[in-house]
Amino acid sequence: MLVPIKWLKDYVDLDIDIKDYVDGMTMSGTKVESVEEVGQNIDKVVVGKIIEITPHPNADSLLVTKVDVGGEILQIITGANNIKVNNYVPVALHGSTLPDGTKIKKGKLRGLESNGMLCSPEELGLNAESFPDGIYILDKEYPLGTDIKKVLGLDDKIVEFEITNNRPDCLSMLGIARETAATFGLKMNYPSIEVSGKDGDVSDYISVDVQATDLCPRFAVRVIKNVEVKSSPAWMQDRLLKAGVRPINNIVDITNYVMLETGQPMHAYDLNMLEGNKIVVRRAKDNEKIVTLDEIERILDNKTLVIADENKAIGIAGIMGGYNSEIKEDTKTIAFEAAIFDSVNVRLSSKKLGIRTEASSRFEKGLDAAMVQFAIDRACHLVEELGAGEVVGGMIDIYPTRKERRIMNLRTERVKWLLGVDIPVDKMKKILESLEFKVSGVGILEVSVPTFRDDVTIEADLIEEIARIYGYDNIPSKLMDTTFTQGGRNEKQRIREIVRDNMTAQGLFETCTYTFVSPSVFNQINCKAENPLRKAIKIINPLGEDQSIMRTTIIPNMLEVISRNYNRKITEGMFYELSKVYLAEELPLKDLAHERDTLIIGIYGDKDFFDLKGIIENLMDDLNITNYRVLPSNNESFHPGRTAELLINNKRIGYLGEIHPDVLDNYDIPTRVYIAELDFEEIVLQTNLNIKYKPLPKYPSIQRDIAVVVSEEITAGQIEEIIRNKGGKLVEEVNLFDIYRGSQIEEGYKSMAYSIIYRSEEKTLTEEDITKVHNKILNSLASQVGAILRS
Amino acid sequence: MKDILEKIKNESIIEIDKVESIQQLEEIRVKYLGKKGQLTQLLRGMGQLTPEERPVVGQLANEVRDLITEKIEQTAYCLKRKDLEKRLRSEFIDVTMPGRKKKLGNRHPLTKVLNEIEDIFIGMGFSIVEGPEIEKTYYNFDALNHSKYHPARDMQDTFYITEDLLLRTQTSPNQVRTMERQKPPIRVIVPGKVYRSDEIDATHSPMFHQIEGLVVDKGITMANLKGTLDVFAKKLFGEQTRTKFRPHHFPFTEPSAEMDCTCSACGGEGCRICKNTGWIEILGAGMVHPNVLANCGIDPEEYSGFAFGMGLDRIALLKYDISDLRLMFENDKRFLEQF
Ligand SMILES: [Zn+2]
Repeated sequence: MLVPIKWLKDYVDLDIDIKDYVDGMTMSGTKVESVEEVGQNIDKVVVGKIIEITPHPNADSLLVTKVDVGGEILQIITGANNIKVNNYVPVALHGSTLPDGTKIKKGKLRGLESNGMLCSPEELGLNAESFPDGIYILDKEYPLGTDIKKVLGLDDKIVEFEITNNRPDCLSMLGIARETAATFGLKMNYPSIEVSGKDGDVSDYISVDVQATDLCPRFAVRVIKNVEVKSSPAWMQDRLLKAGVRPINNIVDITNYVMLETGQPMHAYDLNMLEGNKIVVRRAKDNEKIVTLDEIERILDNKTLVIADENKAIGIAGIMGGYNSEIKEDTKTIAFEAAIFDSVNVRLSSKKLGIRTEASSRFEKGLDAAMVQFAIDRACHLVEELGAGEVVGGMIDIYPTRKERRIMNLRTERVKWLLGVDIPVDKMKKILESLEFKVSGVGILEVSVPTFRDDVTIEADLIEEIARIYGYDNIPSKLMDTTFTQGGRNEKQRIREIVRDNMTAQGLFETCTYTFVSPSVFNQINCKAENPLRKAIKIINPLGEDQSIMRTTIIPNMLEVISRNYNRKITEGMFYELSKVYLAEELPLKDLAHERDTLIIGIYGDKDFFDLKGIIENLMDDLNITNYRVLPSNNESFHPGRTAELLINNKRIGYLGEIHPDVLDNYDIPTRVYIAELDFEEIVLQTNLNIKYKPLPKYPSIQRDIAVVVSEEITAGQIEEIIRNKGGKLVEEVNLFDIYRGSQIEEGYKSMAYSIIYRSEEKTLTEEDITKVHNKILNSLASQVGAILRS
Repeated sequence: MKDILEKIKNESIIEIDKVESIQQLEEIRVKYLGKKGQLTQLLRGMGQLTPEERPVVGQLANEVRDLITEKIEQTAYCLKRKDLEKRLRSEFIDVTMPGRKKKLGNRHPLTKVLNEIEDIFIGMGFSIVEGPEIEKTYYNFDALNHSKYHPARDMQDTFYITEDLLLRTQTSPNQVRTMERQKPPIRVIVPGKVYRSDEIDATHSPMFHQIEGLVVDKGITMANLKGTLDVFAKKLFGEQTRTKFRPHHFPFTEPSAEMDCTCSACGGEGCRICKNTGWIEILGAGMVHPNVLANCGIDPEEYSGFAFGMGLDRIALLKYDISDLRLMFENDKRFLEQF
């Protein structure tokens, strides 16, 4: 909402520094977005009168003028050709400044002296579109030498307010004036709505039939005859322009002026264009057509409300008038409409048609039906003030259910109960009254709510009104002294932070990626048609196909991150993300999804599978998870020979491995990538934060090294399992320290060297004890995996 | 014998003074004090002395031995120090050479700021609650007192999964979920991802993060709202931070407010970051609307509460002086390394 301060002063006697005004309004709830100082830089530009025009002797395109600027005649050269002798024009004197900062100085143009410049509207910072080309020809005679800022209202300030949805009443000068008056304790002056014309009666000209009563609670019409359509006066044009509305002609300008002033949109119809002398408010027929004021043909349906004459639609209710009944230069008789239309219907129609206007944006927020009469009378008053026509007596007003003021109770003690500050009851009353509420009673106040305040429906709304005018600043700042509550993170949240600490310590960077992805990711990561990952939740109205499903795996996101980094010449990286995947029991989704926290780890550049596995093993250690295993597995996104699954307590928690070269190709990654994706929810269940101290060993340990030759398909996991099974409690550690293939080892076999550390908790082990268990291990290795001891 | 002792004493001292190594010193010790050393030999000859001479010579001999022993010890100590000093001199390193470090990773900047904010509220007795991102329309709008036709429900603003399910546009539905699950006193914050149908640019993203807060109890007032959020702002942005509460409108609070903080970049003087106002809008807040309490089965006559919500991404951008939101979701390692 743009509010020119000079216009605002019509309604409140505002004499406050602009900065204080802006701060005050913001703090009482009408937030100021910006302040524009019109003509801020303009200096030494004055009114001049052209007294002579002659051609430039040396240039065909230039004119030499003599301009009287009051007490001095200046010679000024201009290129414009729209000027005539006796025109009053803005003259930038020698040493003057224009809004864009340009300084005007004496100079010579093609050999002749030019002592200043004649200004165009654009050069004065005015919206060029609203004016004819060339020099600004002033509308009347002003005293010569007068500062142009005064003449053109360029010494004004325009405040832009952000109006919240609940306050459509503030989408008007009067609304802002009311807030201004309440905030600064000023008196509010309403403009005159006196109308003297009472010749004839409106019903002699027209009748109104509101058929769609459900969508039109009030419809009022007044008629103006002997209309003279011309430009509106400069002051009105100036105000409209500053408020962001383009002047058109006096009648249309009056309707817009009244809308800006009162918040009530209005429309004017050329009565001669209406068939049957009748206005009908009805739903459109399906496929009914109308050409709107912007000369675009619109096709309507039976949900849209239209204003029609006997035969055709002449406007879309609350949105835009029809081209057919537009006010034209030869229009002689007009009907002013001021009406209330259903806010939801206007909003839906405006959205469906893709038209949003000053009127529709007001209607869709809900307007005050009581304002209709004020607005239409105000328009008639302006017609008389501007001499634009003769007001016909009477008004048609279809208003079956009169809107009354709501009466509410305010328990004064609840003000302190909610705000935590003592405000005297007198002060409460004064504040409410300054906002045009009527207040009576003591203890429990009876409050009558003005009709334009539909947003005030409960006691808390009244308390807010009091609070904002009293000033949020004046409410003390107090810590809670009520019940003590125990805060903190729950176990899952604590484990999440442990995982993040662990990943940080291991050198991984946390990423944050979009949770919606393209449906094509499943092909990109090689998922077969029947892969359950493809059962993804779809967004009905995504920004684009690429962001249309909720992810069921984070692997594609991680590959994208790695691809982006790799292709930015970052040669190595380790990343993780602890975020959600979204799984559906059935599609379409009937109830909430299964949103599972998932840990994804991705590494690349001078890394191999065992770097990845080591990261996970370290994590398991940190979370005190011991009963986990990593076993060979299959997963179509991974390299078939380098895929594993992580089992905890024999339950699969996820996959880890090297990404399949085909998948890497799809992501344009020409280097090996290792990824693990683990179900964090399951990890949380298996985590044991309950650390128990184990006594330090009392007895010494003994180390024995062995090297066994086994065939290639035997895994380290199998061998370690045998060693641990057979060694039982005596085996403290098993470390694989070498794998050898080559000379002395038969093709298809490998030699694996282990150091085994033996220790008993009960005694110092003797050579005999160890030999016994060691041999048992060797025998089992021989019998179970055909291991041959290398001497 | 006295003369001989005197001679041993003088000679040994001269020899010890000339010594340059521990080995030489040891040789001297053996020479005089060893089993076959000169002094030992001499003492063996004491038997030949008269009973009157014996104690005198004996005392003298002991004195000489103690003297030599002490001298040797002293010299040994000095030699060791000299050796050590020599070693230390030879072991000079250039301490300005780079350290050998294990590369650490990092939390995402959003997580870092989130952790910080969580810890501030945990310190004030808040718990952390989480809720679904794919949310029921009821919780996202209806229960929060949004009218059936509230513009935020539009398809152009909200991502829908079905008519009844959507990607939550705010963390506020968890106010309702929390109140349904838990009776007062309630003090929770709810961090999480939220979604709105905005194209990605320097300040907008279709996925972003919010932190919601909710307090419900007997006797909670707007003064408590101000007090709590004041502490929060000071802890997050520094003790010198001042706050300003402006009236605003949200469907689910009444009265409602927006909180501005003094710009920490310029201290309120006005700069590029605060667009010369000295203030930065940080969060929306208000007293929980009686309808919302009632929707959750909490009697608004008896209980009151306040709620607040803030954009994590915006706060992170401010805190780290990042000008483009897209960097947060690009995950360029050179960006992530900086936090
Ligand atoms: Zn600043």
